[in-house]
Formats: sequence, structure tokens, C-alpha cells
Amino acid sequence: MMVLWVALAGSAGAVARFVLDGVIRSRCSSEFPWATVVINATGSLLLGVLAGLVLFRGSPGSVQAIVGIGFCGGYTTFSTASFEAVRLIQRQRYRAAAANAFGTLALTVLAGAAGLAVAGW
Amino acid sequence: MSGHREVSAVPPVDSTPRSPAPPHVRASAIAAVALGGLIGAPARYGLGVVFPHNPTGHWPVTTFAINIVGAFVLGGLLEALARLGPDSGWRQRARLCVGTGIIGSFTTYSTLAVDTDLLLRGHHPWSAVTYALGTVIVGMVATAAGIGTGAWMTTWREEERR
Repeated sequence: MMVLWVALAGSAGAVARFVLDGVIRSRCSSEFPWATVVINATGSLLLGVLAGLVLFRGSPGSVQAIVGIGFCGGYTTFSTASFEAVRLIQRQRYRAAAANAFGTLALTVLAGAAGLAVAGW
Repeated sequence: MSGHREVSAVPPVDSTPRSPAPPHVRASAIAAVALGGLIGAPARYGLGVVFPHNPTGHWPVTTFAINIVGAFVLGGLLEALARLGPDSGWRQRARLCVGTGIIGSFTTYSTLAVDTDLLLRGHHPWSAVTYALGTVIVGMVATAAGIGTGAWMTTWREEERR
């Protein structure tokens, strides 16, 4: 039963990513993949809050599974982020590629930490 | 692009069809992503149940493997599709359902970030740094290997046809 809820939440997360990605791309014509950065940072913030609520406030683990693993996991994506960084390398935009790859990592880890901190208050 | 189609007595010089609405506002494209999302996220959940992560300072091996495999497959898929033709028709549906939907929701950045935070909070800085940087660097190598494999497979397929 749980796997069904995770599937539905994951599907909703993937659609949210797809639509938001399209909206950001249509407004921001930069070659730098800002859309994926925004998606991964906001998803990490949300997962940080959820993980914090489970760890510090005793929220049920089923919420973590459905919203955390399902929605946040479906919404955020590692494969696209990695692909976009490699495409920047292929275009010889090495600084942009490094900023994208390591900047996304730093930003998402900070966002996750902020989420954990918010839930801990 | 304007919301309505202009009616003109003079036929357009360019006979190629008008580009359709962008995918993210098309119901069929959203449905392809939604369908793929139904598969990717529960596959990751299932692997987490079979290979659970011991949170006390250990490397999240399962999430690492998922992200690396997904990065390889996405690189191969997108490169192969790009070499097979323009991003339309079945190629676009495959990209959206398999790439954006299945692989996009199979791999995860939020779990990578929060697991790194939990390793840092648990005073395992070495595990946190090697896990986070290791995923990003090995992920890029896997993506590049996937792109190379996708290119090789489409070239090989063309040579077989000759």
C-alpha cells in the first residue's frame, strides 16, 4: 500500500518539477540551468523540514516516506543536474560547469540544513 | 508566442508547421512525465527497503548507487535520442516519460543533501564530504560515460544498417 502512495507522490513531484522547469526556462533565457538549481534547492529545504519533524518532533515515518521519498524525491533530480553540468563542460564552459555542479551541492546542503533547523525550533 | 493564430490571406513562406505549445503546458507531455514518475520514485523506495541505509555515520550506499546509475542512463538516453532526430514525436515522448519521469524521479538531490546534513550533524564530516563530493564527481563521470555509450550505440546502429 505504501508503495502506491509513494508512486503517486513521486508522480506529482515529477510533474511539479517539469512544469516549474518549463516556467523558469520560458522566463530566463540564460544558458546556465537555473531551473534545476531552484528545484533541487527548494526540494532539499522541504525534505530538511520533513526529516527534522520526524527526527525532532516524532512525526510519523509514513509522512516521511510519502512526502519525503515520494514527492521530494520525485521533484528533485540528480541525473538532470549532472547532465546539465556535463553539457556545460562539452561547451567548454568549465567555470559555469564547476559553479553549477559544486554550487548546487553547496546550496542544497545549506537548504537541507535550514530545513532541519526550522523543524528543530 | 501570441495566444491566437493569425489569419492571413497570404500563405506563410515557411511551410514548416508552427511550433506547438511548449511541452510543460501540453496535457500529453505532462501525462508522459506523470506516468514515468509513477515508476521512478517507488523503484527508489523499493531499493531503500531492500538495501536499507544505516544512518549512524555510514555512507548512504543505496542512494549513491541510484544516483550514479540514473546519471549514466540519462546521459545515454538523451544523447541517443538527440542523435536519432529532432525532439518531437516518439523521441520527445520517450525523453519526457523515461528521462524526465522515470529517471528524473528515480534519482534524487534532496536525499543526497539531507543525508549529507545528517552526517555532518552526527559528527561524521569525512563521510559527509566524501559522500557529497563523491556523488557529484562520480555522477559527472557516469553521465559522460552514458553520453559516450549513447553516441556509440547510435553510431553502431547506423553502421549495422549499411
